[in-house]
Amino acid sequence: MTCAYNSTLAIKKIDFTIRKGDFVGIVGPSGSGKTTLLKAILGSIIPIEGHVTKKPHLRMGYVPQVETVDWNFPVTVLEVVAMTRSSTGRLPRVTKDERADALLVLERLGLGGLHNRHIRELSGGQQQRVFVARALFHRPELLVLDEPTSGVDVRTRHEVLHLLADLHDEGVSIILSTHDLNGLAAHLPRLVCLNSEIIADGSPVEVLTPEVLEQTFGAPMGVLIHGGMPVVVDGVGADIAERMSRLG
Amino acid sequence: MSFVFAGLFTPFNYQFFNNGIIVATIAGALCGLLGVFVVLRGMSYIGHGLSHAVFGGAAASAVMNINYFVGAGVWGVASGVIIGRIARRRLIGADAAIGVVTTASFALGLALLNRYGQAKKSIEAVLFGSVLGVKTIDIVAVSAVAILSVVIVVALYRAFLFATFDPEVAQVSGVRVAWIEALLMGLLSLTILVTMRVIGTLLISALLVIPASVARMLTNSFARMLWISPIIGAVSAFTGMYLSYFLDTSASATIILTGTLMFIVVYAVTGLRGRTRISGLHHI
Repeated sequence: MTCAYNSTLAIKKIDFTIRKGDFVGIVGPSGSGKTTLLKAILGSIIPIEGHVTKKPHLRMGYVPQVETVDWNFPVTVLEVVAMTRSSTGRLPRVTKDERADALLVLERLGLGGLHNRHIRELSGGQQQRVFVARALFHRPELLVLDEPTSGVDVRTRHEVLHLLADLHDEGVSIILSTHDLNGLAAHLPRLVCLNSEIIADGSPVEVLTPEVLEQTFGAPMGVLIHGGMPVVVDGVGADIAERMSRLG
Repeated sequence: MSFVFAGLFTPFNYQFFNNGIIVATIAGALCGLLGVFVVLRGMSYIGHGLSHAVFGGAAASAVMNINYFVGAGVWGVASGVIIGRIARRRLIGADAAIGVVTTASFALGLALLNRYGQAKKSIEAVLFGSVLGVKTIDIVAVSAVAILSVVIVVALYRAFLFATFDPEVAQVSGVRVAWIEALLMGLLSLTILVTMRVIGTLLISALLVIPASVARMLTNSFARMLWISPIIGAVSAFTGMYLSYFLDTSASATIILTGTLMFIVVYAVTGLRGRTRISGLHHI
């Protein structure tokens, strides 16, 4: 498929499949079309060419970038989680059953007892998990996450990664976008490198190579293997260090 | 003593005042309710804009001798829909869309009234509101719009909440966001239409913004905001209207100043409460 905003192409000739049980990371630089691709999968952007074929009645949960959330909006954790039943729930108040379901999801994600808190009163990791809980409340078969570790600290990143691994173990298929190569992408079973079009698709060891990374990010990068896992190092690091030492 | 006490009820001896205070109080509650969405969506300028757009419709209907509610109503709803459409093209943005559509409409209304020689007094009544012009039909109209708004907000509470908080995910989750936005714009246009005669074009936006802002400072709950804001709107409208009789000031101006006073008091109290809480934390 090909998607565009007005006359600007965002992604072109994308052709790939997500199967049941997949855990896929879309990596690429800013503006490479990662979010566009996710939105096309979700159906909120219509491709100008081609199409997205989904299993009939596929339940999808979407976790947007937390940076786009209005943290001053007057809602509690429970209200955020119960929101996804907006199209089915007719009563203004959260029903007894819905409340029980929501509390169960919150408990599972380590947010038990926080349901009456305002969303601003949570830590970074807890805030991220609230939005995962909202997506899970919909009982999704496919979980779509946009930059789930963007702007979070190392501890929160670990929490998110463990949470996603647990959900994957429980049978939820996951697709996420990230530009965090070492902290997140290298841990995933499958990566798709994107820069308007698909540059590579495979396991981290197959995909995280200097050639693919340079083609994807447009900058030279080195790759080391540490404990069987690829570690991406900035190709201009040595040059910058030398220039900086001259300044010092 | 009883003379003074009886004097407090003097304004209620006049039918025009009773009509005015009923319309103002219901209008205050109605604007308070819809103002919650206006404030939380960061579209405080929309009330200002739509009231200017409705002014254009009111002028056109006066010149063409069409019923005010029909002419101004159709014009206002059309303006709301056009603003929504233009705002969705992100290149321009909601604020610019409101600015272009509504000021053009206002200018057209002004030009029509100038060209076709409407009395200056009628322009002032539309701009600043007039309690003398309130008729029984106004009470019926504002009550009908208030009931309609309450029914819609209660019936579609969750969709309204989701579409206001997170429109993108709401859309993905099956909420018809564009439809909800159009509905909200329609209700806002209707509200402005039925309250403009008392409050006036220039001050109605304040009645949409102030009660909701006060409510926001008082609570962290969307559900609670939806009933606190209409109460604040109704109280400030009733009190302002009542005081205007004794102060011999414009009803709409006094209503807005009463609301502003509530805003200042709540702002000061909640700010003080916040500071006390923070200084309390230092002792831990």
